[in-house]
Amino acid sequence: MFKLLKRKSFRFDIRHQNGFTSIAIICFIFLYTPIFTMMVYAFNQGDSIALWEGFSLRWFVSAWGNEQVKDSALRSLIVAIFASGISTTVATMAAIATTRTKSFRGQNIVYAIINQPLMVPEIVTGVALLIFFALVKTVTGYAGLGFLILAHTAFCIPFAYLPIRARLEGMDLILETAAADLYATPWKTFRLVTFPLLFPGIIAGAMLAFVISLDNVVITELVKSAGQDTLPTYMLGQLRRAITPEINAISTVLLAITVVILTLFYLLNRKSE
Amino acid sequence: MKQQRSEIAIRIEDITKIYGEGRGKVIALQDVSIDIPENEFFTLLGPSGCGKTTLLRLIAGFEHPTKGKIHLYGKDITAYPPYKRKVNTVFQNYALFPHMTVAENIAFGLEMLGKPKKETDETVNEMLTLVKMEDLKNRQISQISGGQQQRVALARALAPKPRVLLLDEPLSALDQKLRKEMQIELKRLQSETGITFVFVTHDQEEALTMSNRIAVLNSGKVLQIGTPREIYKQPSERFVADFIGETNFLKAEILGCANGVASLTLPSGKTVETNVQKGFSPEGTVNIVIRPEHATVVEDPAESLLQGRLINAVYFGTDMRYHIELESGETFTVRIQNNPDDKTSTQFLGTEVCIGLHKNAVQILKD
Repeated sequence: MFKLLKRKSFRFDIRHQNGFTSIAIICFIFLYTPIFTMMVYAFNQGDSIALWEGFSLRWFVSAWGNEQVKDSALRSLIVAIFASGISTTVATMAAIATTRTKSFRGQNIVYAIINQPLMVPEIVTGVALLIFFALVKTVTGYAGLGFLILAHTAFCIPFAYLPIRARLEGMDLILETAAADLYATPWKTFRLVTFPLLFPGIIAGAMLAFVISLDNVVITELVKSAGQDTLPTYMLGQLRRAITPEINAISTVLLAITVVILTLFYLLNRKSE
Repeated sequence: MKQQRSEIAIRIEDITKIYGEGRGKVIALQDVSIDIPENEFFTLLGPSGCGKTTLLRLIAGFEHPTKGKIHLYGKDITAYPPYKRKVNTVFQNYALFPHMTVAENIAFGLEMLGKPKKETDETVNEMLTLVKMEDLKNRQISQISGGQQQRVALARALAPKPRVLLLDEPLSALDQKLRKEMQIELKRLQSETGITFVFVTHDQEEALTMSNRIAVLNSGKVLQIGTPREIYKQPSERFVADFIGETNFLKAEILGCANGVASLTLPSGKTVETNVQKGFSPEGTVNIVIRPEHATVVEDPAESLLQGRLINAVYFGTDMRYHIELESGETFTVRIQNNPDDKTSTQFLGTEVCIGLHKNAVQILKD
């Protein structure tokens, strides 16, 4: 590795800049050392997250047997499935409305509003939702999972919207024109031409929304009612007490799921290009 | 050869199309009226931005005219959406559906019309035979070449048996050789199917060789409509004469005009007579055009109608082009076909030459 860093080249190449390789390596070390350490200690036999006592899968077994973990993981999944489903549907419609219609006055403002949750600090959205939902709760008396799903849907929309819109913008309008020319009504054009070509984008959007919903902490923590812990908020709660490698085990599983989903997302996007 | 009394397939009536409003407005078409009879290979010819593609899109229904009407076999279709017009389009970059096979692409229009499965399959096979693509029926669009995609696009547009087929510069993406092949192919398809073709191109040679009639457009206006021969031999305006083929432009004085024959004085002072179109009686100073191949170099000064000094002789294989500087200072081109015994003519450079003209070589322009 050091040989690589010290390489001296006299041949000029625009793609080669001194120091880039070392900077890149340092960045990777920064990013992945903590995660790697966390994963290693998930397999620790002892009770500590800092002292290695040998290899074991006991914390995975323990996490699997923990009713609270199972309960919150299930809740996380339910919320993520509903939130990604609803947000993707809304995002698809929004993407079509912003790319497949005549350009209208204030179109840029619409883009900005759709993408607003990406820019506004999460804590602001969380507090706003907390106050608003508290109001709704007193008026209606409803305190179910619906609030959490709604909150997640809200911040998932821009994440689902971006890949769908990117895909739509890459699709030539001429194909829809050709379908209309060949006697397809607007609905049939959408169903037989636009939608099948857009599908990889929709899947990518849904997966991104799913992952974002799955690991949200701030907004969930603020919006959830008592006993509505999702996996991330449960873990946060655990950290306040005794920390065992069980947390590492859960995190490792969560990381694995995220990596699998993001890999699928990448492969889908690549295939469609 | 001319089709008498045939039905009018497309009637374009006083169409104006304006994009935008206020200061930024662009007049794409202005008061355009064209009648296209059934079973005609009709070409819209003009430089880019002349409005030819806009006109095609108006016929297809992708755009709506600011003013005017479009009739399809006597029926006003101006307000119809594209999917209700019995016309199909072959797009410039084909616009084939990438998620369907060749056969599925061709079947698309038939399925949308609700044709029974059996009939659709039969028509698809018929179309595949027509464009010689039977072997590639189940290929994906990405697996076939540009020329093959062109054929599929044609088959897809022809399959629903449209009353009019619109072709938007369909050959511009092909290389020279394939282009020539497809030109012949298109002519064949038109005569075999009997469908009216409206063909858009900026290539004058393509227009001349393929069309029954041509409309020359410039800046949103129709300048001249006629057979390729009429357009070439009797251009009515300077733009038409200049856009199609090579031309010599000169000025002349009209002496008189009677019974469709005008006599005029050339810049050399010599007088010639030429036919003029019916109902056109030019007077005063006019612009005239003479095609280079309608002129010749003569030895007898008595036959000479124009004189000048030979400044350049260019060998073109099939013919020679002589550039002659007239007494009035203009350069005049004469094109003479080569024969097997031809010799270099450079020894004549700088000498005075006499130019003779074929009968009716002089055409009087309206502008």
